[in-house]
Amino acid sequence: MEALVQASQDALSLLFSGDKELWEIVGISFQVSLLALIIAIPPALLLAFALAYGQFVGRRFLIALFSTMLSVPTVVIGLTLYVLLSRQGPLGEWRLLFTQTAMMLGQITLAFPMLVSIGHSALQAADRRAWETARTLGASRLRALLTVTYEVRFGLLAAVLASFGRIISEVGASMMLGGNILHHTRNIPTAIALETSKGEFAQGIALGLVLLVMALALNVLLHHFQGKGYVGS
Amino acid sequence: MKLKTLFSALCLVSLSFVQSSAFALEKPKNSVIKMSTTTSTENSGLLKFLLPKFEEKTGYSVQVIAVGSGKALKMGEDGDVDVVLSHAPAAEKEFVEKGFGDKRYPVMYNDFVVLGPEADPAGIKELKSTAESFAKIAETKSPFISRGDDSGTHKKELKIWETAKIKPEGEWYREAGDGMEKVIQMSGELNAYTLADRGTWLAVMNKSPLKILHEGDKELFNPYGIMAVSQKRYPDINHDGAQALIDWMVSEEGQAAIASFKVNDMVLFTPNADKADASAKETPAKVQ
Repeated sequence: MEALVQASQDALSLLFSGDKELWEIVGISFQVSLLALIIAIPPALLLAFALAYGQFVGRRFLIALFSTMLSVPTVVIGLTLYVLLSRQGPLGEWRLLFTQTAMMLGQITLAFPMLVSIGHSALQAADRRAWETARTLGASRLRALLTVTYEVRFGLLAAVLASFGRIISEVGASMMLGGNILHHTRNIPTAIALETSKGEFAQGIALGLVLLVMALALNVLLHHFQGKGYVGS
Repeated sequence: MKLKTLFSALCLVSLSFVQSSAFALEKPKNSVIKMSTTTSTENSGLLKFLLPKFEEKTGYSVQVIAVGSGKALKMGEDGDVDVVLSHAPAAEKEFVEKGFGDKRYPVMYNDFVVLGPEADPAGIKELKSTAESFAKIAETKSPFISRGDDSGTHKKELKIWETAKIKPEGEWYREAGDGMEKVIQMSGELNAYTLADRGTWLAVMNKSPLKILHEGDKELFNPYGIMAVSQKRYPDINHDGAQALIDWMVSEEGQAAIASFKVNDMVLFTPNADKADASAKETPAKVQ
């Protein structure tokens, strides 16, 4: 117990003393995960929209497929991409293994099905008449799409936040694809794994705290956007 | 309209992000050297101490990927790194013989130690040979934690079991599949014996209830070697950078730096680059 208290105290002082290495790790985490998310969102939401509004063969299969991909372990995605990106693999020419880009690819692969799946649920719940009305009133397809998107913005925001939570906290794929290189591909989860293995609990706890505070802030933000948070008018 | 502008602005921002960081930053420049190595060199703090000196002098920047020696060599075989620093002499020899690396340069050594609970339930403290100690541990079925990750330490441990003519299996023998620090931690928690390299042990000994119960047998010698990945096999590898790092490691300056590295006031690694080896550069470094 004493050790835990001590480690937590050390963690707080590390955080507030502006330990350069620690904050650099936090920065890398956010840079990689935010970029991955920004890249994944447009195609994922377009696909979600197609799944909710389109009529084509294999639509139901695709929905089931993306739901299934939600439960694929991150290490399996990491391993698959590792094999593809390794020099011996088909994409070896790109020389991407052990770079931030490789980590981003892993996180995009993780975030994409989640965005599609939850995004699809949200869009599905929207009133189809919003789309039809917009179209009848002469809106272009893009404009109508944006209208519907605006209608279900809270559901979509939830999809984005959930995906962000998944990728910023995952350790398996980042460890394999990034290689946990200091100043380069060491992010919060891989650093926690490393520090724990070294018995340096203080830094692990400090980084864990950053993740927790961030999750809290995001959720408060979401609630703020959602307004009252209960059903009514 | 408003939404549309917002959307296009977002697209622009994201694009410029991608441009600046994903591509400009990641483009393989030749100033970056990728080195795979064992956990012991990284986690003991040695590389953090050495590499800035090298980087400052040469302008290269070294990216370290710390895994077990087996995996480190595999990354070299696959051409995913430029240089490998490991401690698995037999595997390193094979690595060079198969043409994955040009040449193995000896860099430094330390030794392995057998750790265990202070009470020493297997009674190995007085034994002279490592194989005998291992036999005693097996005989008394005292818990033993193996790295189980194909690292240099793991290979060494398996070799000792072989010498002792024992096939370690049963409830008492546990394979962790994890790095050295973690295994020392586990052994401490479970009151078990384990084999560790002295470097890592010195770095974590203050946090561990374990004690050194056996050391000094010449079987426990633990040499480290460094190898550039073959340019013949992978023409676009950063071979010049790898060779520059090797040259520095085995140079007088690098060797002196290794000798001056201390944790808890104790020297962790003893430099042993063979001077004749270092100067005889018949390696295809300059051929290209």
